[in-house]
Amino acid sequence: MTDSSSDCTLEEEYVLYKNRPQWRDVTPIQQDDGPNPVVAIAYSEQFRDVYDYFRAVLRSGEKSERVLELTNDAAQLNPANYTVWQYRRDVLHHLNSNLTEELDYIGETIREHPKNYQVWHHRRVIVEWMKDASNELQFTDQVLSLDSKNYHAWQHRQWVVATFKLFDAELQYVNNLLVKDVRNNSAWNQRHFVIVHTTGFTPEIIQRELEFTASKIKDVVNNESAWNYLRGVLCHTESGNITSEDFILDFCQELYDMGCRSPYLLAFTIDICEEFLELGVSSEAYPIQKALQLCEDLAVEHDKIRKEYWKFISRKLSQNVSCKTDVNSSS
Amino acid sequence: MAKLLPENRRSYAEIESLKFDNEGQPTASSLEQEEVERSVLTQFDLFEKRAEVDEDCPLLLRQKHANVLKKSLTHLPQSFQCLDSSRPWLVYWALHSLALLEEQLEEEDYTKITGFLAKCQSPNGGFGGGPGQIPHLACTYAAVNALCTIGTKEAFNVINRESLVKFLWSVRQPDGSFIMHQNGEVDVRGAYCALSVSKLTNIYTPELFEGTAEWIVRCQSYEGGFSACPGMEAHGGYSFCGLAALFMLGKDHLCDMKAFMRWIVNRQMRLEGGFQGRTNKLVDACYSFWQGGAFIFLHNILYKENKSIVNSDRWLFNQEALQEYILICCQQPSGGLIDKPGKLRDVYHACYALSGLSVAQHTSLIKKYIVGSPSNLLAPIHPMYNITFDAAVKAMKYYENHPIPPSGTP
Ligand SMILES: [Zn+2]
Repeated sequence: MTDSSSDCTLEEEYVLYKNRPQWRDVTPIQQDDGPNPVVAIAYSEQFRDVYDYFRAVLRSGEKSERVLELTNDAAQLNPANYTVWQYRRDVLHHLNSNLTEELDYIGETIREHPKNYQVWHHRRVIVEWMKDASNELQFTDQVLSLDSKNYHAWQHRQWVVATFKLFDAELQYVNNLLVKDVRNNSAWNQRHFVIVHTTGFTPEIIQRELEFTASKIKDVVNNESAWNYLRGVLCHTESGNITSEDFILDFCQELYDMGCRSPYLLAFTIDICEEFLELGVSSEAYPIQKALQLCEDLAVEHDKIRKEYWKFISRKLSQNVSCKTDVNSSS
Repeated sequence: MAKLLPENRRSYAEIESLKFDNEGQPTASSLEQEEVERSVLTQFDLFEKRAEVDEDCPLLLRQKHANVLKKSLTHLPQSFQCLDSSRPWLVYWALHSLALLEEQLEEEDYTKITGFLAKCQSPNGGFGGGPGQIPHLACTYAAVNALCTIGTKEAFNVINRESLVKFLWSVRQPDGSFIMHQNGEVDVRGAYCALSVSKLTNIYTPELFEGTAEWIVRCQSYEGGFSACPGMEAHGGYSFCGLAALFMLGKDHLCDMKAFMRWIVNRQMRLEGGFQGRTNKLVDACYSFWQGGAFIFLHNILYKENKSIVNSDRWLFNQEALQEYILICCQQPSGGLIDKPGKLRDVYHACYALSGLSVAQHTSLIKKYIVGSPSNLLAPIHPMYNITFDAAVKAMKYYENHPIPPSGTP
């Protein structure tokens, strides 16, 4: 339909718009940069020509098949031109164009420019118009298979999955990605997203997720993604406390006793101690003195780059301790 | 003989000892990380050898960067066609970088730039990516920042504040979020850009941002950072936008600051010293500002809460390590700054590497930490807008005397 310029045989005979008889009725409009252009781009002749005609149709408001082709040429020359995409959608709408073809077309463009905001937004609008997302999981999977952390692809996928209720196989999809790369934080984030929108974090699901995450942490203790997800699960417990699950208290204790000094484990342990202090629970395994010692260990040995932070946390804990002591002694 | 290192400076041996441990489980993420660490270590190694003979290093190549930036303001090669819808950005990145370097342009250059940005302003308010393009919130932010960086009456007067208000209302959504342009995408950048320009030019009204803080809070992920929109992964660029916007709205208490702090402090890479944008991703110099800048808000928020435990001399990240990463790993010898070793220079990374460097150098207007030559010192920035502090003060003073235009379509 519109992708003539990407067709090799036609590209060889590319004719500038100003030399096309079928465009003779349109007067091109040059870009008005004013008398003293700055950040002046050395446009190719083709770029200048296409955009001179695009400006002309933007002004005349023409919406036709030939304009659709013009917007294709303009978009291929600069896929970030949101004015072009916006006008292209006006034309598509006006012509009642075949959206399946448009979806194929934008798919090609996204594959060439997978990190561009405009092309993903265009796809989203087309899918919205079609009210049909049957290609979207496969499409985003293809993009993610080349770059498993492409933010735009994930954002599109979340929108599709939530809007069209395509959750059925999504947790399995996440699982597969985590098998490939357990450090893929985007996959962990998607896991949280899926559960929030499907089963929710019920006590059973929380238990399942804690066990799943703990096993992943055991495999790779310095995997921050898994530790962050662990907190993400625990904030859904009834109390929202990270100390609410004995399983996790034991898990951390066990790792520490085995000699693990991952900064993420130590940080987590500090938070457990702090929470016990705040809740007024005296814990043998997690006394506040342990937290203070771990802050010191992190600052001078295990996580030196964050020294300022650990010193701050240490001061905060000490202040909390003295507040508690004051309250206790005055009551 | 071992040389005495200034406070918090790290030796090569120490940096090398921080290499990534893949725990016998190599994956795509760990392989990429190890590759970057190798290239970064090469730079640190070369540097340590140079440092033995050169007292002044690491040295910020001010003049070389300035030359590259000045050139980019006039003529750009054909390869920039893909940035033809970001021309106000190209202007802002270069102008702000030059302002950080305290490089002056000729008066007539400022007049030319002002005239060009005026051409990018839409008759319906706001600025587009180039003359004749429809207005876009991000381009509007860039153009307003560029004009305020120029800071002449002529530049201030380019901004049509009446039509700007109308444009902002036209992109505001019922839930308080903002689309980037007519029928465009929604994300947290929109809210930040809208707030930044309205605070800077004194057109802010609470009605325009009703519900915005509540919408932004929904973008805080379980990791603690903010994402583009609710549900997505915490990300450095969006986190800056989210926190800066909440701060400007005076509603930072609505988000979980403890979680935010935990997330952002962990974005500083232990070996590289620079910041990554997301968990388990790679270091990138542009996050020196997106993450580094957010620490200024964090510091202020913590100080408000409980000043007795805040060290007012330091941000909560390692300011020396960040400076080392930028100065040693991200300068191109011919001028210009890069994302990470092996990448090509671009003005975007120059702007955000230098902005981050400035943040790392200035804890307050009096307390400074300068790694390397004293000549490396940059002008301080205003974290809400990321223009220089002086430029922000001057702009706010200028617009203070202009009444807030009527809101048009509440
Ligand atoms: Zn970058």
